[in-house]
Amino acid sequence: MVNFIDRRLNPKGKSLANRQRFIRRARAEIREAVQKTLKDRSVADLAKNQKISIPTRGTKEPRFRHDPSAGGAHERVLPGNREFVEGDQIKKPRQGEAGGRGKDASTSGEGEDDFSFSLSQDEILDLFFEDLELPDLVKTSLKDIRTTSWRRAGLTTAGSPNQVNLVRTMRNAFGRRLAMKRPKPEEIEALKAELAVCRLAEPVDAERIRVLEDEIARLEHRRKWVPFLDPVDVRYNAFEEQPTPTSRAVMFCLMDVSGSMGEREKDLAKRFFMLLHLFLKRRYQRLDIVFIRHTHEAQEVDEEAFFYSRQSGGTIVSSALEEMQRIVHERYATGEWNIYAAQASDGYTQTGDATRCVEMLNQDLMPICQYYAYVEILDEREMEVFSSEESGAELWRAYRTVARDWKNFATKRIAKPQDIFPVFRELFARDGAEAQA
Amino acid sequence: MSQLLYTGSEWDFAQLRSMFTAIEDVALNDLKLDVYPNQIEIISSEQMLDAYSAHGMPLMYHHWSFGKIFAREEAMYSKGWQALAYEIVINSNPCIAYLMEENTATMQALVMSHACFGHNHFFKNNYLFRQWTNAEAILDYLAFARKYVSACEEKYGSDQVEIVLDAAHSIMEQGVFRYRRPPRPSRVQREERLRKRMQYEEQSFNDLWRTLPGQARDMSADLALVDEDDAVGLQAPMNLPEENIIYFLEKHSPVLKAWQREILRIVRNVAQYFYPQMQTKVMNEGCATFVHHYIMNALYDRGQIPEGAILEFLHSHSSVVMQPGYDDSRYSGINPYALGFAMMSDIRRISEDPKAEDLEWFPDFAGKGDWRDVLRHAWANFRDESFIQQYLSPTVMRELKLFAIRDKAEEPAYTVSAIHNDAGYRRLRTSLARLYDLATHQPDVQVVGANLAGDRTLALRHTRHRGVPLASGTREAVLKHIRLLWGYDVALEEFDEGDVR
Repeated sequence: MVNFIDRRLNPKGKSLANRQRFIRRARAEIREAVQKTLKDRSVADLAKNQKISIPTRGTKEPRFRHDPSAGGAHERVLPGNREFVEGDQIKKPRQGEAGGRGKDASTSGEGEDDFSFSLSQDEILDLFFEDLELPDLVKTSLKDIRTTSWRRAGLTTAGSPNQVNLVRTMRNAFGRRLAMKRPKPEEIEALKAELAVCRLAEPVDAERIRVLEDEIARLEHRRKWVPFLDPVDVRYNAFEEQPTPTSRAVMFCLMDVSGSMGEREKDLAKRFFMLLHLFLKRRYQRLDIVFIRHTHEAQEVDEEAFFYSRQSGGTIVSSALEEMQRIVHERYATGEWNIYAAQASDGYTQTGDATRCVEMLNQDLMPICQYYAYVEILDEREMEVFSSEESGAELWRAYRTVARDWKNFATKRIAKPQDIFPVFRELFARDGAEAQA
Repeated sequence: MSQLLYTGSEWDFAQLRSMFTAIEDVALNDLKLDVYPNQIEIISSEQMLDAYSAHGMPLMYHHWSFGKIFAREEAMYSKGWQALAYEIVINSNPCIAYLMEENTATMQALVMSHACFGHNHFFKNNYLFRQWTNAEAILDYLAFARKYVSACEEKYGSDQVEIVLDAAHSIMEQGVFRYRRPPRPSRVQREERLRKRMQYEEQSFNDLWRTLPGQARDMSADLALVDEDDAVGLQAPMNLPEENIIYFLEKHSPVLKAWQREILRIVRNVAQYFYPQMQTKVMNEGCATFVHHYIMNALYDRGQIPEGAILEFLHSHSSVVMQPGYDDSRYSGINPYALGFAMMSDIRRISEDPKAEDLEWFPDFAGKGDWRDVLRHAWANFRDESFIQQYLSPTVMRELKLFAIRDKAEEPAYTVSAIHNDAGYRRLRTSLARLYDLATHQPDVQVVGANLAGDRTLALRHTRHRGVPLASGTREAVLKHIRLLWGYDVALEEFDEGDVR
């Protein structure tokens, strides 16, 4: 007696529910581990599966266990004796180096210091961006525009043919055929075969033939009467429109690509923006992103050019602000849009330009911006010189005055790749969930 | 008489079927095994990983600890540190065996002999499984448990359910009946429970199935697992001391709600279901390994599998039964496959070709040639502890070069107490047998009292086996879980064996 079943096509990932429960359970530890792992890596690593190790603290499963080292006596039997005879003494290994001796590998979590496993890209990004939010997105998003989306809404008995739900329809038909006792073709065939035999038999059993003919007629009538598929069986997938509120937001990314920005600075700035980009794309489906790069003049570019193409020239930061203002006027009427901006620069600009920037910010941009983040890229030596928040290059000092007047204006400095993640988290930490750097 | 069942390493379902028929012929007509009907399911490696995580049970309820096992196995497997099992077999009727699609034809033959006849025979015949598990009902019960737990999660929140499950899991080892059957419910109580279960069935009822002929549900199978009385809370008689802590809490905890009690019952039933497997690891694997070894050789002798296959089989077989020495870096305890297989092969040798020593040790079957009967008798009536005590022969002890060391906590060195020589055989055998007595590594913690008139403190007692105390690290953590289920304070005292009772 055997029954073979090919299950290979069955869905896998049956443990997904358990895995999600596990990740939820170990959330704190995993998040910590993710932050730690990511610290020294490039942003591109975010988009890969990562192996991480977490301490077993939160995921311990305690059981009552014996502790032979604490007292009592016990006896063990081991294989592979070569040199011992009865009565020999074997020195005990000192505490801590006894690993791997004679204990069955424990699955209960005892004894393991760290627990290693892999996280998928989605899980990592989720954890990394958890608690991060564009600040104040809700505040002026009262001007929601209403869009609608279709969603499944069960089954109906009326609909268009392309929406027929075959599984449900056939299931209903099957049930109805069973309940109404629709004769199977084999039954009729069997009767017909018997009838044929009876007709040929000698002597002719007229009574039997009549019974069979009646029966066949009855069954065939019933087959017609109970159709294979009846309109009553048919089910259609139903959809309904659902209004979904969306807030409209636009993010301006401003980057200095002038000659004073070395390869290293540009690289850091790009990493910062890449992270921002990943974050925004993940969190907000309906968010416009505008890339502006500038030297002594600014231009709006696409994502590809922003991150990868090269250009050099002098530095006029205000040109970028002007460009931004122009685009806002043209495309993003301030009444309907939440406007965010992030700017990265090395802090050097043409003499006098910093004042112009401050003017523009104070008068034109800050009143319409929801949030404005300025990230200054320094080299490590400079970082030491400008250890205090107050001291810095011209643009930094100028921007500090803006920050004093506007609560929604933030400034941060980055000197090495390791700073990027913490600074990013600080900038976008949700209220009340201060970044754990 | 015969021709090759397959050539090369590829297989298809027709070949699997003819392999199965050939294997079945050896198993039933030569070895005279008695098995449940088989259901063989071919799965992929991802599905094998899924199956791994929840004790190999396809229908286990959801819990994060299974996800943790899954995460670890997945990491180990994807790094190539660990291969997956070739099969998983479930003690159910029909006996379900999962075979990996990656296995070669030879491996499929090996695995079918191993799981579908070796394990299957053991499940069906061993007295522990017959007494304590219900192969007919387990899958239905697990399906019920899974639905029940997710219904609870929906109703009371998954955090609440998790708290109860965590707590219950922490005392799973103390949640089995070792020595006695749980009290049988009266007829009235059983009917009441049946009615409730029917109510549940009604809620999850699918109208379509009613119209199918011959599908009247057999409720007696469900009923077999529903075996306790319904009096809960403080009124129920306590019958102290109680070895099954989960059972006690389920019946007598003053704070638990009905659904929490049902979850405790589920955890307890699962624990009880797996308890025989833990007591028969050596025998179960030994039986399966012996059977596949015998069958594969028989197929080869009949000319049904190719030369290359027997070499592949021997390679895989010998790595399964390898026993590294205690000082080998690969050593991780005594390999149950190696010990079980060595002992069972030796029973055959003693029966067919005994030495003088064997005639003295095993007078009742040495040289009689009826090893099939001896093995079947052993498989049916022993567990690891008693099997080793009864059948471990000097030859096997010498082959494995076993030796015993005594470890006293206060002494700076271990003492070698017995080795594989004339003076040591009997002591060695007793020592090894005791190691397989679950009582020596599962702490014996029982409920001895509950101060219901006063502050409702629950009194637990740990009886120290040979003076070995509980590990302090986990002790408090587990007590915290028990407090949660009991609702009031819990006190745990430790006594040495013999001091009490």
